This record gives sequence, C-alpha cells and structure tokens, in this order.
Amino acid sequence: MVIDLDRCTGCEACVVACRVENNIPTVGPEEAAKGRSINWIRVERYFEGEYPDVKARFMPVLCQHCEEAPCEPVCPVYATYHTDEGLNAQVYNRCVGTRYCANNCPYTVRFFNFFNPVWDAPLDKALNPEVSVRTGGVMEKCTFCIQRIRKGEDKARDERREVRDGDVTPACVQTCETKAMYFGNIADPESEVSKLSKSNRAMRLLDELGTKPRVVYLNKGD
Amino acid sequence: MRAEQRTNAKIDKDLLRPVMNTGRGWYITVALSGAMFLAAIGAFGYQLARGIGVWGINRPVMWAFDVTNFVFWIGISHAGTLISAILRVTGAEWRRPVTRCAEAITVFALMIGAMFPIIHLGRPWLFYWLVPYPNERGLWPNFRSPLAWDFFAINTYLLGSLVYLYLPLIPDVALVRDRSNGLRKRLYGALSLGWRGTQLQWARLEKAVQVMAVVIIPVAVSVHTIVSWDFAMTIRPMWHSTIFGPYFVAGAIFSGIAALILAMGVIRRVFHLEEYLRPVHFNNLGLLLLTMSLIWFYFTFSEYLTVWYGNQPGEMEVFRSKISGAYAPLFWGMVLCCFVIPAPVLAFKRLRTIRGTVIASALVVAGMWVERFLIIVPTLAKPELSFNWGSYRPTWVEVTLAFGTVGYFVLLYTVFTKLFPIIAVWEYKEGLPFGEHGERTIVSTPEAGLESA
Repeated sequence: MVIDLDRCTGCEACVVACRVENNIPTVGPEEAAKGRSINWIRVERYFEGEYPDVKARFMPVLCQHCEEAPCEPVCPVYATYHTDEGLNAQVYNRCVGTRYCANNCPYTVRFFNFFNPVWDAPLDKALNPEVSVRTGGVMEKCTFCIQRIRKGEDKARDERREVRDGDVTPACVQTCETKAMYFGNIADPESEVSKLSKSNRAMRLLDELGTKPRVVYLNKGD
Repeated sequence: MRAEQRTNAKIDKDLLRPVMNTGRGWYITVALSGAMFLAAIGAFGYQLARGIGVWGINRPVMWAFDVTNFVFWIGISHAGTLISAILRVTGAEWRRPVTRCAEAITVFALMIGAMFPIIHLGRPWLFYWLVPYPNERGLWPNFRSPLAWDFFAINTYLLGSLVYLYLPLIPDVALVRDRSNGLRKRLYGALSLGWRGTQLQWARLEKAVQVMAVVIIPVAVSVHTIVSWDFAMTIRPMWHSTIFGPYFVAGAIFSGIAALILAMGVIRRVFHLEEYLRPVHFNNLGLLLLTMSLIWFYFTFSEYLTVWYGNQPGEMEVFRSKISGAYAPLFWGMVLCCFVIPAPVLAFKRLRTIRGTVIASALVVAGMWVERFLIIVPTLAKPELSFNWGSYRPTWVEVTLAFGTVGYFVLLYTVFTKLFPIIAVWEYKEGLPFGEHGERTIVSTPEAGLESA
C-alpha cells in the first residue's frame, strides 16, 4: 500500500469506511476515553514549522504488514502469522489474548476486545456478512481487507490470468476522496504501487527498527 | 548419651509442636488469609463473567498488575530453592534450620506466579492451547514465543522444586507418622514412602538431595532469565536490554531472600522457635540480602546510566517518565525501599538485628514489587509513536487479585506449617555434632589438610 501524505486532507473517510467494511465494534465514549476504541486505520495529526508559519499534517496509520513483523514470533499460539503472500494475518479463533503482539508492535495498530463487542442500533443490522465478528478477549487489526483480496484473486483465476492493478481495492483506498491511497502487488514491478514506492518522496514509518513495513508513505512534495 | 537423648527429645518436641498442636492464632490466620483468597477468586469470577475490560488495562498499556504479579511471584520463588541449594552445595552449616522455610516459599510462590499467565489471558478458559501436545486442532504452540519458553521453564522449575522440597521432607514425615495414629498415621505412612531410616535409605536420600541441589541451581537461574526475556526479546524502549537476564535473576534472589527473612521472622515468633532461628541466621541472611541489594543497585544504575547517556528519543521518554515524570514517586520510593534504607540497616552490625533485617526485608519485598511494575508499565505507556501515549490506573479487580494472592500465599504457607515441620528436624539433628563450629571456618594444620585431601 502507498499513502500520499501530501494529498491526505485528514477527512477520516477511510476510518469510517474501514469500520463499516470490517464489522468494527463501537465501544462507547467511556471505554474510548480509557483508550479502548478500535480503529484499524486512524488518522494522526501533527504540526510542521513554528508559529505563524505552521502547517497541520495528517498521516493515516494502519497495520504496516511488516515483512519482519515483531508481533508474529511472540504469539505463543500462532494467532498471528505471515501468509505466503506476505500478509500479516490474524486468526481470531486461535487467539487466547496474551496481548503480547500488541506490546511488541511499535506502531500500536493492534486492538484488543476488552469486552464482547456490541453494535448500537442500527449498526447491528449493517454487519458485513463476509467478515467474521470477533469475540471478547481476542486481538484484531487491519487485514488489508483480506475478503476483498480473496475476491479479486478468485475473479482473476476465473478469467485465467494473474491479479493485476484494480482487482483488489481495500475499503479505505476505495473511499479516499483525494485518491491519496494506492493498493496493489509490490512484487509486480509494473504495478502502480511498485512505481510509486520507488519515488524519492517515499519513506517507511519507523524504518530504522528493521521491521520492513509494507506501507509506503509519500511525503514532502509540496 | 543421656544428654544427647534429652536434646533429641527436646528438638522433636519443639519442632513438631506446630504440627501436633493447633493454636487459636492458626485458625485466625487461616480464616483471614482464606477470606483474602476467596475475594481474589470472586474478582476473577467477575472478570470471567464480564470480560477482562474490568481491569484498568488499555491500549497501549496491555499488561500491568497481572504481569507485575507474575514476575514478582516468580522472583519470590527464588528464595527458596536457590538459596537452600547454594547453601547445601557449599556446605554452609548454618543453613540447617533455614532450608525448609525457603523451599516451601519456592513451591507456593511458583504456584501463585504460574497462575498469572492464565489469569491474564483474554480468554483464560483456553489456556491449554499453550500446552504442547498433539491435539485436535492440529497445531503446536509457537516455540519461537518467549511465552512458550515460560511454559517449559516454569513447569520444570515447579516440578524440580516440588521434588527438592519433598525429598528432605521424607524422614520428617516418617517422624510424624511414628508419633500419630488413625487416619493421620495412614496418611503420613503413605507419604513417607516406607521410610525406615536404614543406612541404605539415608545414603540414597543424601545422594538424591545432593543431586537435586546441584540440578536446581541452573534451572532457577534459567527460569527468571526466561521471564526477563518476555521483555528483552521485544523491540520496546527500555525492555530491549541485554542485561535483563542477570538483572532479573539478581532481583529475584534479592526479593526471595527478603521474603525468606520475613517468613522466618514470623515463624520464629508465632511458633516460639527462638532457640532454633537465632540471631546468627538473620545476621547471615541479612549479609546475603545486603550483597544482593548492592548488586541490584549496581544493575539498576548501569541500566539507567547507559539509557541516559545513549540519549535515544524513544528510550529517553520512558526514562524521563520514571526519573522525573508521572512514575517518579514510585521510582524514588523503589530506590528508597530497595537500597537507600536497607543497605545501611544491613551494613551496620548494630542495626543488623532480627528486627532490623525483618524491617529491611519488608521494605525490599514492597520495593521489588514496585520495581517489576516500573519495568512493565512506563515502557508500555510510551510507544514510539507519541500519538498513542497512554497511562494506567488499576481497578478494584486488579487490586483484589494482587492482595488476594498474598492471602493465598499466607494460607498455603500456614497450612504447610500445620502439616509438616517447618524446620527440618533430621537436618537440624544431623548438624548437632558440628555444634557451634559449624558457623566458623574450620582450620587445621597444613599437614592434616593434605592427608585428608
């Protein structure tokens, strides 16, 4: 995934789209105040420059699907593991809730269900049937909309061809008003994300930790 | 000969008194500590029914009191087996009335410590998924996870220390068996495994205890090293430290000795064992505690100095929150309890009395609990991305669990003193011929030394 920070307006449409697509429970204001809200993608705000020449910047942060993910080796029950495609997968049914993975994630993008989830009406009638809901006591996080990835792969297989750009669009990418987000196959040198990630504006979050994040940010072009 | 018999009879009578007679204090202690234990069970039941959200944990502080208690109790467990084993292996004669108190602490503290990895799970009823066995899910545990290492380390240590507690218990169990009748005789008869006190049995027992004493030392060291790796293996600021292994082991022995002195102080008073647990035992253990206090300070100083000098932003945020930020009162309280107060008290002979060592030990136990807390929570509260900084405040459920386990420990220990002599009768008698010399270095002429070697 590539996210162009110069185009991000911080509108948080991606946050809403993700919540609807992935059956993310609302925890209520009191729990959220305790730091227990669940947002697989969140928009962080920071400021550049000194007053009066100051500029607010926005950065959508989601699971970076690290190639060397620190969350993976510490899970004692293989609830989180690396798929052959390079995704950092989370198997909810295996999770016993040690929360070790969240402690070892430098991006703090892993979310724990402290209670059994509830959806305020009418959200309970709007659950996405293609995404499993999670029970209390398990960890969850961004999946890069794995249900959409599978669908795109199926379509490509039906048409007897490789997956190509446009086959898979996660909810956040689809909804981004300013087209700041791109999704594709980084192993394919012809894909848009491959080309963009070679840009001299490209950077990776906390790259120095050696986690090899799979989300590339484009920055400082304006 | 007569005098010797009289001495033996008196020792039997004194040391078996807690087993044979039950005072009112015993019932009160069991009732109080049992109530604390029941409160903890109630709190855990509430947690099971409502979800782990009844704790104060949040994102990013996913571990707090739970893992603090875990590390703390595993640390306390080093009292025992390790101290008793080292004293046995080195032939320290003064160990004799101390060993069993210590070994019992190990077993009970481990039982409690090992509960917390289960209690702290989001879905505790699935704890057996961490157990490696061929199962219907077709999935082994992840052997790369330090939590899986914990499983092996703690179970090995628990089994080892149980055996190490039980072996030297056998002759004393037989002693109780020979002095009781009815159900008690049958029960202790079974527990004493047919002990007759023959020469062969004694020889085998001594051999087995010797072997266990040697084996248990590396196991004990490895256990707390692996516990420390739960943190050191991560990439979090002030967790990812190379000295965590020895730092944790030293801290564990430190808090373990303190717990042992506390327990001995109580036992000495309530069971009137003043003639057996004498000032020399508190003096010697106090000196060991002083050594560990100095080592602990050295490790803590090294750890914080290098972080401060390295001046990396992520680490410095955690460092500042401990030294001068939100956790500063706890941090300096810990330094006070673990070093500033106990070190002088233990260093000066005039202060190193029974009362002095017991007070110092109480401070050390409290200080070491805070130390574990300060290792865990400040790091979690300050993730690399400052957008997600958080804080932590425990709820009544976590507080009840913490105090309830203290009650559980007291309960187990109190019941143990009722069932078995808390001072090893045979070991004590065995040491009699050494007499007062046992406490001093035995020297002889160089020629005699050569002959015996």
